Amino acid sequence: MELLDRIAEQLDQGKADQVAALTAEAIALGLPAGTILNEGLIAGMDVVGEKFRTHQVFLPHVLLSARAMHAGMDLLKPLLIQQDVPSAGKAVLGTVRGDQHDIGKNLVGIMLEGAGFEVIDLGTDVAPEKFLAAVREHDARVIGMSALLTTTMPVMKEVVDLLTREGLAGRVKTVIGGAPVTEDYAREIGADAYAFDGISAVDRIRQLVGDA
Amino acid sequence: MNAQLENLLAKKKVLLADGAMGTRLQAAGLKPGEAPEILNLTRPEIPRSIAAEYIDAGSDLVHTNSFGGSPLKLAAHGLAGRCEEINRAAAAAAVNGVAGRGLVSGSIGPCGRLLKPYGDVDPAEVLDGFRIQAAALVAGGVDLLTIETMTDLAEAVLAVKAAREALGHRAVLASLTFDPTPRGWFTIMGNDVAAAAGELAAAGADAVGSNCGQGTEGMLSVALDFGQVTDLPLLIQANAGLPVLEAGEVHYPETPADMAAHLPDLVNAGVKIIGGCCGTSPDHIVALRGILDQLKAADKL
Repeated sequence: MELLDRIAEQLDQGKADQVAALTAEAIALGLPAGTILNEGLIAGMDVVGEKFRTHQVFLPHVLLSARAMHAGMDLLKPLLIQQDVPSAGKAVLGTVRGDQHDIGKNLVGIMLEGAGFEVIDLGTDVAPEKFLAAVREHDARVIGMSALLTTTMPVMKEVVDLLTREGLAGRVKTVIGGAPVTEDYAREIGADAYAFDGISAVDRIRQLVGDA
Repeated sequence: MNAQLENLLAKKKVLLADGAMGTRLQAAGLKPGEAPEILNLTRPEIPRSIAAEYIDAGSDLVHTNSFGGSPLKLAAHGLAGRCEEINRAAAAAAVNGVAGRGLVSGSIGPCGRLLKPYGDVDPAEVLDGFRIQAAALVAGGVDLLTIETMTDLAEAVLAVKAAREALGHRAVLASLTFDPTPRGWFTIMGNDVAAAAGELAAAGADAVGSNCGQGTEGMLSVALDFGQVTDLPLLIQANAGLPVLEAGEVHYPETPADMAAHLPDLVNAGVKIIGGCCGTSPDHIVALRGILDQLKAADKL
């Protein structure tokens, strides 16, 4: 409907105030929270993601749209819980131990939230045990790991090995990314997937969660 | 052109900078997760010997171990309060290692945070941080400053301004990292080469260009684009190709000979300051020096 299209459009424009106002309007009209989420906010982020993937827009545009998405989500969240709307899944994200780089990891978080996932972002310099603890605490099925340094990449393997030792391999899927990381490296360390960027991270995680 | 740079280039034609710093620091004992810049205080002999190593290899100009030395970046390691002493020590270590045999440029890299309105840090705070860092590097004895690996032009402009204030009439080199897109070269934040050249020059940069992110071939394309939009001297520091994995080890594929083979193309594209970034070593500098000397002897610089 037109109101939801306008939410998507204003979200693409990065207009947080407009997205909040239109979301409030949709809620007041009694539209189901899941419909507002899927056909308004997520539809808007899909457009932004596609524009980013095709280099029509760059990181600043995505960041402003993400802020607009949050403005709508803040209003919608209590209703999503109240109306028992399930999220697309839960993902634990972090930049691995010894690595402080977070722009790529944050972008993955934005894109995942934009696709309706619940994101538990552990920040940077995350030790393998911390990933494990977060997965257990939140019953998450996906771990997304980022590394920008060739020296910190091996920590990704530590996490994968730890999951195996703890009997969580297979149940908890691992997705890795970052400038020096490759598809081959993911295969070599036994990670479930490699993602080139935030958009492909969402695609890969959707596949993995669907498989589970 | 900046008079200091003009004099140097009149003599040398092309300045050869140094290669990678991080991998040398690791080889010398930097621990994973440790701030590279702390070594300037705890083990100054390491950055000093790296500077000497590059000068021995043939560099005309080496960089200080201060890439992550802005207060905001150091804050990630709880070292923000030690910005001034760290940068002063970084300059002193390089100056000691060079021992009058070349130039020392103070390295200034990104603060590691996104600036408002896209991120959470105030541009004024970033500028103040770069001012502290630049002043300390100058107090420590650097000859010039290099703003490098920037992916946000707005942040690079702040760093250039701070460097300009600290240096007086000496040269500020400014270098961004670009990615290829179907529409040409762009930074992560969406700045293209023309915008970079224009805004960096307006902020007071004396040389502009690119480092990191690309091997020599990609960098040649970036250099040609810069040549279309600016008359300033160009600075290029390429990676030794794009990293590949071999038996679980990350490996940069361009050998010293590979990089040296591309050198004449960079020179022909008008690049005046050439060095290496990730994956390069003193061996790469030795090879580049050899070709540069050959070109100079043949009067082709």
